[in-house]
Amino acid sequence: MICVKADLHIHTFLSPCGDMGMTPLNIIQRAKKKGLGLIAVTDHNTTHQGPEVRRVGLREGICVLYGAEITTREEVHCLAYVETEEQREKLQEFLDTYLPRIPNEPEIFGYQFWVDENEQVLGEAPYLLISAIDRSIDQTAAFVRSIGGLFVPAHIERPRNSLLSQLGFVPAGLPADALELSRFSDPETFLQKNPYLDSYMIIQSSDAHYPDDIGAVHTAFRMQEAGFEGLKNAMKRSHE
Amino acid sequence: MTVKEMTDALNLRAFTAEEGMEKTIEGGYTSDLLSDVMGYADAGFVWVTLQTHKNIMAIASLKELAAVVLVKGLIPDQDTLTLARQEGIALLGTSEQAFEFSGRLYRMLHP
Repeated sequence: MICVKADLHIHTFLSPCGDMGMTPLNIIQRAKKKGLGLIAVTDHNTTHQGPEVRRVGLREGICVLYGAEITTREEVHCLAYVETEEQREKLQEFLDTYLPRIPNEPEIFGYQFWVDENEQVLGEAPYLLISAIDRSIDQTAAFVRSIGGLFVPAHIERPRNSLLSQLGFVPAGLPADALELSRFSDPETFLQKNPYLDSYMIIQSSDAHYPDDIGAVHTAFRMQEAGFEGLKNAMKRSHE
Repeated sequence: MTVKEMTDALNLRAFTAEEGMEKTIEGGYTSDLLSDVMGYADAGFVWVTLQTHKNIMAIASLKELAAVVLVKGLIPDQDTLTLARQEGIALLGTSEQAFEFSGRLYRMLHP
């Protein structure tokens, strides 16, 4: 077993709120500098920047998971992580189906381009990515699980767009593989105040929108090797 | 005014049957953030929302609300309805949106 430092909540240039500097190369270089072994690309309601970040990461020795930060119908932000290109395409199809077709206005919300290593535009997401998809948190969790992905409600203690702000408390039986706290909280203090959640694995990630934020917090996992299987097993182990 | 009287007067759809219909209405609260309702709604209030997740009934029970009204023709999730019946709280619906429904309810409560 090795100890892998992971930051599993990183936005890119593709998220309308993501900084211009969040390009594949910058993200990987910054992750390397911070000693991270595993990162996840989690743009709002889209997965398109994942493959290029993974390609650069592979070369530089950083393992990159595909994912998205999904806004459910209740406006709860939830992270989904998947491993293969096939799973990523299924997740993207789900998002394309349920994201409202509201055209993005870049002057107001920001640009929604995904780019290659040299910052050449590969594509543009036409619809506003910060909308809520037309699926409930339960439906979203069930879908992510059905394609073999991991489901983690994001920054659950934050006053906006979180499981606790939108739904008041973590509903019993929610099939979450872990719960994420923002970088602004201390997991131990949080669990003392919320003892009903002590059966969940609590993880922390940066929710980086700027390169400097990457690795601002991380979670250390014990795994055979850095990757999706290792993460899945580590999350599973915590429930035993 | 009772929940039953409101249901009849405002022509609401009752997802639950007789559960909670006898409760007295003390006021109303319109919000879609469950954390906000937990903090600020008072006992006996009618809660007007578009959230359909089962947590709404848990919070209605915790806060001893008089009833929950779903707006815009929204239908509760099955486990939400089950919990409403279990907790004995009326779960109602209207085709109106929150602004219109809240306005009509306000006028009824403050004639």
